[in-house]
Amino acid sequence: MPDDILSVEGLCAWFGEHQALKSIDLNVASHSVTALIGPSGCGKSTFVRCLNRLHEEVPGASASGKVLLQGKNIYDANVDPVLIRRKVGMVFQKPNPFPALSVFDNVVAGLKLAGIRRKSVLKEVAEKSLRQAALWEEVKDKLDKAGTSLSGGQQQRLCIARALAVEPPILLMDEPTSALDPISTAKIEELVVQLKKDITIIMVTHNMQQAARISDRTAFFLLGELIEFGDTSSLFTVPKEKKTEQYITGKFG
Amino acid sequence: MSSLRGQIRDFTHLRYKRRKLLSLFISFLLSLSALAAASCLISVFGYVIWKGLPHVNLDFLLSLPKPVGETGGGMFNAFLGTLLMVFLGSVVGIPWGILTGVYLSEYGRGKFAFLVRFSADMLASVPSIVVGLFIYVLIVKPMRGFSALAGAASLALIMIPIIARNTEELLKLVPNHLREAGLALGIPRWKVILRIVLRGSLGGITTGVMLAIARVAGETAPLLFTALNNRFLNLNPTQPMASLPVQIYTYAIAPFDEWNQQAWAGAFVLVIFVFVLNLGTRWLVKPTALGTRD
Repeated sequence: MPDDILSVEGLCAWFGEHQALKSIDLNVASHSVTALIGPSGCGKSTFVRCLNRLHEEVPGASASGKVLLQGKNIYDANVDPVLIRRKVGMVFQKPNPFPALSVFDNVVAGLKLAGIRRKSVLKEVAEKSLRQAALWEEVKDKLDKAGTSLSGGQQQRLCIARALAVEPPILLMDEPTSALDPISTAKIEELVVQLKKDITIIMVTHNMQQAARISDRTAFFLLGELIEFGDTSSLFTVPKEKKTEQYITGKFG
Repeated sequence: MSSLRGQIRDFTHLRYKRRKLLSLFISFLLSLSALAAASCLISVFGYVIWKGLPHVNLDFLLSLPKPVGETGGGMFNAFLGTLLMVFLGSVVGIPWGILTGVYLSEYGRGKFAFLVRFSADMLASVPSIVVGLFIYVLIVKPMRGFSALAGAASLALIMIPIIARNTEELLKLVPNHLREAGLALGIPRWKVILRIVLRGSLGGITTGVMLAIARVAGETAPLLFTALNNRFLNLNPTQPMASLPVQIYTYAIAPFDEWNQQAWAGAFVLVIFVFVLNLGTRWLVKPTALGTRD
């Protein structure tokens, strides 16, 4: 489809000898939310970590296959992974603001370390990103407080703001709400739906209700294979694969 | 299963009073060991103050040693010598040690890293007099003379493994997800290490560096074979240079009462120097207000 911002072809990933992903094919449409579900260890985290080439930073890890980002293969030999990561942002399971940095410095860390120093630019981006992450109203008076002094849910939205500040067209989220309470979770879910108009989101989740609530398409992974991928509404109501049905009805996993 | 049950019940039924007594006894033992350790420090401190402080005066601090037989004189040359050699040793030893630590923590993998880590541990436990002998062969003999440079080199060699291993341990405490958070923002790895990992553990690394400085400031053995000693004021690093520990050693074994007293005074100054360095570090590294630069 011409509308696809990302298309994955035959992606395999290894940790040493162990193959964690077995030839995954998957397309992601622009301005959509894609949910990745599956039991622990099924490779969904590894999959998203291959999309910003973070997977290869683990000692002994490797990947092969094609990941076309806006038509260009990010695994081509002459591609700099650092530049890919500016286009494909990531939010992690545990909120991980940089310690010893203020809220403000956390948000603009990506820009600052990329060499942007103009205060006016940084201020503008910080406010914009914090607004996008629905955090501005809560922190606008404590921008110089330590990022780690915020609550867990606020920290996670701070991390989202930090990722958004470098304006990536794609945002990967690796179980972003699994360490949060229900209210913070609801805020992040709302945020994800909001963000869809600006960017494309790929989200790993263990919570099937969450996937059903906020995603357009859902992919079900099992033992390193992509079992089923389709519209969220049909995957959860009329799954094509027996394994998918068993998983979403709680037969295993 | 049933016997295990029984044991658990026995344990929980251990009479409360008996458990409390035992707890009291163990607490007493722990406090006693702590007290013993602390009283060693306090008595060393007190003794040095008692023997040394009365002989510390302006003359002692600011003048040079007098020839044998004359009274008065001080250890000014030794103070300057120690400061200079510790400074020179630090200039080489601190960056070298920190870089080695960064390598071990962030890049070192496999056999080579194992070898480096193992060597650092071995080097840290080599007796310092052997380090002095090594520098003697390496620098003093080729240069045909004792020198402050050789002294500083031996001090640096003692500092490097201490700082390297300390830095490594501290950087390993930085959780990996912070490195990944940095990488995921499109920051190159070297910048992530420099601006996030190293900066986050600056306090601990500084402590390690200060402790290493304090350690080498009191080293005597490696300087005996390298910087030797000098009864005159010398600031030329290619010449033999006095240092506080060596001066103390020389004066302490001399058969003159006044020299012995000066040795005590020197010991007092050295202890104060190390003490202040330790305290200063603690104060410096005291969790400061987390917040912004610029």
